[in-house]
Amino acid sequence: MDNNILEIKNLQFSFRTYGGVVKSVRDVSFNVRKGEILGIVGESGCGKSVTSQCILRLNPEPPGFFEGGSIKYRGEEIITKTDKEMRKIRGTEIGFIFQDPMTSLNPTMTVGKQIEEVFVGKGNMTRKQKKERALEILRLVGINEPERRYHQYPHELSGGMKQRVMIAIALVGNPSIIIADEPTTSLDVTIEAQILDLLMELRDKFQTSIILITHDLGVIAKMCDRVLVMYGGKIAEKGTVDEIFYETAHPYTAGLIKSIATLDTSKEQKLVPIDGTPPDLFAPPKGCPFAARCEFAMPICSEEQPEDHRLSEEHICACWLQHEYAPKVSVMKGMEVQK
Amino acid sequence: MSKTAEQREPLFEVTDLCQYFHIARGKTLKAVDHVHFTIYKGETLGLVGESGCGKSTTGRCLVKLYKPESGTIKYRGKDIFTYTKEEEKQFRKNVQMIFQNPHSSLNPRMTVKDIVGSGMKLHGLATDKDVDQKVEEILKEVGLNRDHMSRFPHEFSGGQKQRIGIARALAVKPEFVICDEPISALDVSIQAQVLNMLKKLQEEMGLTYLFIAHDLSVVKYISDRVIVMYLGTMVEFADSEELYQNPMHPYTQVLLSSIPVADPKLVRKKKRILIKGEIPSPINPKDCCRFAERCPYATDECRNSLPPLRELKPGHFVACHRAGQF
Repeated sequence: MDNNILEIKNLQFSFRTYGGVVKSVRDVSFNVRKGEILGIVGESGCGKSVTSQCILRLNPEPPGFFEGGSIKYRGEEIITKTDKEMRKIRGTEIGFIFQDPMTSLNPTMTVGKQIEEVFVGKGNMTRKQKKERALEILRLVGINEPERRYHQYPHELSGGMKQRVMIAIALVGNPSIIIADEPTTSLDVTIEAQILDLLMELRDKFQTSIILITHDLGVIAKMCDRVLVMYGGKIAEKGTVDEIFYETAHPYTAGLIKSIATLDTSKEQKLVPIDGTPPDLFAPPKGCPFAARCEFAMPICSEEQPEDHRLSEEHICACWLQHEYAPKVSVMKGMEVQK
Repeated sequence: MSKTAEQREPLFEVTDLCQYFHIARGKTLKAVDHVHFTIYKGETLGLVGESGCGKSTTGRCLVKLYKPESGTIKYRGKDIFTYTKEEEKQFRKNVQMIFQNPHSSLNPRMTVKDIVGSGMKLHGLATDKDVDQKVEEILKEVGLNRDHMSRFPHEFSGGQKQRIGIARALAVKPEFVICDEPISALDVSIQAQVLNMLKKLQEEMGLTYLFIAHDLSVVKYISDRVIVMYLGTMVEFADSEELYQNPMHPYTQVLLSSIPVADPKLVRKKKRILIKGEIPSPINPKDCCRFAERCPYATDECRNSLPPLRELKPGHFVACHRAGQF
């Protein structure tokens, strides 16, 4: 397909540490299309942040290193680019919204300076043009009194404001992809709703693609067109948002959906937790990373890695249950068929 | 809750509680402002609100971590600030707290056995001889085992640490436990484990909970009655089913409609109320409805006088001048 602007194939990324090599991302493939919101969901340590930071080469190398795979942005390979070449991509081609607005802004620089910093070494804009562009972008992300905010320092702003400034920085270079790493995790629900609406609006206005990383299935349901579910450094399931929620195929996805309390959960109902803890990526298990916690696990699950099974054009699930010889079960209902 | 109010035994009675912090001359941060509620034995009272609304401060007042500016807190009919030494010790045993961040609320230099066991020894619930066995019993309750006893907190994952925190609170056989955001620092799949465990322990040990959280779905799931706070004041107080079915305060309505629901089809249908602006500062607040600035229904009355908490339906309290009109 032609409207893929980012193609990631068999990406493997690891870190060398004193404890050994941590295989954070193991064989991840996906693509991003123009104007879509792609969600990546998973627990802490599942590799979702590392994957997204690979795209902009933001992981420190060393200790991190690519073990294999390719990342192609508009047909150009990212992995082999030098630092200098990367600087041309960061900010202007691909923008990044960091997780924690409280700590990712520079406390010693004014808001205006930080936004204009994106233009350093790019093109020949005059000071006045830069300032105009910065003010324009501040207005766009819904910051009141942009003229005053321009001269303020981050500590003078509230959490929601800081996150808006982060979004402004990611947007100011007119990128074609924005990577948002848990953009609302540290915010209150009413502010979260405002920020998510803003991201949606920006997508509709500029046809920017957004990669949205989160652990909150509610945010995924609200925002995304397609979803990747990651577990233990691998993609467990991917598909359109409806396929993930209504035609759930992977036991881990089902576990995630079943374990959250929603407003419709009655008090008598018990939440179904996923027992156990995520795998240790120093020594990833030989077979499926989820096998140890999976209620459907079969002998083969801990022996061999499951292949990707294609269920529909978009829907892919890496689970042995999809194999033609496997017993047919409903992952949402659980082992015993209830009433 | 089939029992009527008369039959229920009140455990905590909080009357007109105010907790102010004087941060500079002429600057007062009103963290908790005229809060009024009763907690009955065996129930779970939920306390929700956004950051800075005073929910944690309220919880901390109940365990005497702060000395309130004014108002009284009675535990089993007696003011907690008039205790004798012996009563104080009993109170400290009966009222326990589970903290928000398991990574910072366990002493890194103490083994699990000491963390859980020292309270037991202090209150005479265990002796040097049988403390091992007693600690083992309580660890089993929270899903840990004997091997974990001699380890230090850094050797555990977040979920396990929170279990240790819970074991510590329950080791002294309390009647009342304040859970201050016990699951917000945990991963989604671990949250359900801890929630289920808290529910199970409540049934087994007949505990009463004050459950503080910002996640409305979780609070609804675990609580019998819920208080919604905004900027230090109580805005709504009702049975949890009633509150979620029939929210009367505009702020509660906004909160409920802002929760991201994990169901794409429902999200597309859902009508949303959006509010502009952010939570104003709690320093020297104006003497009016705290929500008036952001409220879509605010009138001049709202901007000039503080609405009292009114009982609009039996057991359903709302602090809004215009409640019921929209």
